[in-house]
Amino acid sequence: MNQERAAWGFVAPALIALGLFFFLPVAAALILSFTDFDIYAVADIDNLRFVGLDNYIHLLETPLFWKALGNTAWFVLLGVPLSIMMSLAAALLLDNKLARFKGFFRTVYFAPVVTTLVAVAVIWRYLLHTKYGLVNWALGGIGIGPIDWLGDPHWSMPAIVLFAVWKNFGYNMIIILAGLQTIPEELHEAARIDGANAFQRLRHVTLPGLAPVLLVVSILTMAGYFQLFAEPYVMTQGGPVESTVSILYFMYEQGFPWWNLGFASAIAFVLFLIMFALTLVQLKVSERWTQ
Amino acid sequence: MKLLAALALALAPIFLGSCSTTPSKTVLDIWAMGREGEVIGELVPEFEREYPGIKVRVQQLPFSAAHEKLLTAFVGDAMPDMAQLGNSWVPEFAALGALEALDARVAATPSIPRGDYYPGIWDSNLVDGKLYGVPWYVDTRLLFYRRDILKRAGFDHPPRDWAEWRQQMVAIKKLVGPGKYAAYFPLNEYEPLEILGLQAPEPMVTNDARGNFASPGFRKSLAFYLGTMRDGLAPVAASTEVANVWDEFDRGWFSFYITGPWQIGEFKRRLPPAHQGEWMTAPMPGPDGPGVSNAGGSSLVLFKSSAKKDAAWKLVEFLSRPAIQIRFHALTGDLPPRISVWKSPELASDQYAKAFGAQMTRLRATPKVPEWERIATDLKLVSEKAAHGELTTDQAVAELDKRADETLAKRRWILARKKQVGLPRTEVPS
Repeated sequence: MNQERAAWGFVAPALIALGLFFFLPVAAALILSFTDFDIYAVADIDNLRFVGLDNYIHLLETPLFWKALGNTAWFVLLGVPLSIMMSLAAALLLDNKLARFKGFFRTVYFAPVVTTLVAVAVIWRYLLHTKYGLVNWALGGIGIGPIDWLGDPHWSMPAIVLFAVWKNFGYNMIIILAGLQTIPEELHEAARIDGANAFQRLRHVTLPGLAPVLLVVSILTMAGYFQLFAEPYVMTQGGPVESTVSILYFMYEQGFPWWNLGFASAIAFVLFLIMFALTLVQLKVSERWTQ
Repeated sequence: MKLLAALALALAPIFLGSCSTTPSKTVLDIWAMGREGEVIGELVPEFEREYPGIKVRVQQLPFSAAHEKLLTAFVGDAMPDMAQLGNSWVPEFAALGALEALDARVAATPSIPRGDYYPGIWDSNLVDGKLYGVPWYVDTRLLFYRRDILKRAGFDHPPRDWAEWRQQMVAIKKLVGPGKYAAYFPLNEYEPLEILGLQAPEPMVTNDARGNFASPGFRKSLAFYLGTMRDGLAPVAASTEVANVWDEFDRGWFSFYITGPWQIGEFKRRLPPAHQGEWMTAPMPGPDGPGVSNAGGSSLVLFKSSAKKDAAWKLVEFLSRPAIQIRFHALTGDLPPRISVWKSPELASDQYAKAFGAQMTRLRATPKVPEWERIATDLKLVSEKAAHGELTTDQAVAELDKRADETLAKRRWILARKKQVGLPRTEVPS
């Protein structure tokens, strides 16, 4: 009894902070999403109407929402596997016994994660410049004509993916690296004695050993990538032809420049539902995979 | 650590104040944006010398973040005493009830005579007949054109109306041939079409808050605009697809371009010296005869929440003086809104400013609804689709009206309620 009370006492500060700064705002936002809160309501609260599910219905009827959803899905579909493969490849390289200067490379690969996004976005805009960019210069070297990375609606999202993957893969790399180091050396040794080659060892020893880590990484990455915002905000402002408007960017535009906070809150909850559903699917899939 | 820093900051004025000899100074907080925000700092010392009892603290905002910051400040009750406000935002902040009406102050200040301001720009600060801002500078757009190409095409003067403009564009296109154009309207900018829309006799938003794009006037504007692209007189291109607009203008890729006074300096600097005689500015041609252009720019506003309005008004008065406006023009190139200032040798002798001087007498404010920027964004998106051939002119105006009506739904509800109640509960401009 006494012990229980002490335990509550210990968690109370965290609970209060969470309640005050997380659950309360979330609940307020949920209520907001059932209203038409806008600048008129800021001027006079009498101008606020409860509109029930109108915001949600209106959202589903807004073409830009579907476009933003499509753009975001495209980004996730392209970016998450690419990002995890990059992280995995970098982690495998760093974990290899033949690798030298491990500390140095670990730092180099991790460096983009800790740099300021806005600053590196400026550099990437130079790299991706149609006429003077390093990327097109390199592509030109192997005979590929100049690509208007940030101006062509077909290439703008791949350009954002490239930038995001480069910026983020170091973080997952560290987690995967930690996972790699927990796989007992004996398993590799046994596999080698049984005559497994490097690829078979990767397929049957390393990857199963990494499964829980990869699951966590994929959930986190997906959740993070669904919240695509800063990259298009800094690099393209959603353009060209709305090809880089993500759900979060759409929400931001509705919420801040236009001040439709009721509608923007509805977008936030729809995004939450989508991510919640996808995470459930991932958990289900992985259950089967790990068994 | 942060807490300590905050405490130190909070206490600093007390310590500093105790050392200062005049502890009763009025401190004015003003917000200004972009280049003007930098320049205002150079004008303020003179003001402080004249009014030793007032200290001005200038906060600079980037233009791109200013709107959000002002709204957030309003909600958070952290407004400055005075600010530079884009005059297309005046209706919005007036609707919020954030702005102080200035009619009485202007009436009591002989140095801000209404008659010395160009009527169009003055009008852009009126909401429901009340004045909410004093024009500070004007940002209107007009034609920048290639004098030499126009001459080669057989014309010795810029167009005066649409028919002549169209005729000139056709002649230029014939002259320059395929791959080059007569005009360029960047598809990711709504301003060119907005101006053509303002030139129509009907307003783009009706008094009962509905889109009015299907009116014959706007239809004609849109048809003229789209016609240039459909007939190959203007490229179907956004500004992101044009690497360097000055180079392309210099190469004769296009000969007409609608843009604003800030480009005068850019054209002077970026076009080679040998070609400086080839470009010129001209007032906007209209549907029949010289046309209006947008009454853009910034105004100086006072906020209702301020406790130092009298001191802030002194700064407004100071910045509105003709002598200060001439200095301000020299520092920024911004166009002054006062008629008397345009008679000064600095402006009267500037050949590129001349067309702007003529345009100043023909300015029209964009529809005074807080939702205008959103509607203008739709204007850009829908006309871009139409330019790409995805919509006909008729479909485009119908789509524009549909979107505008949706955007204005809340406003209609408020107007209807206001009518029902009889007395306005809030100051909602109509």
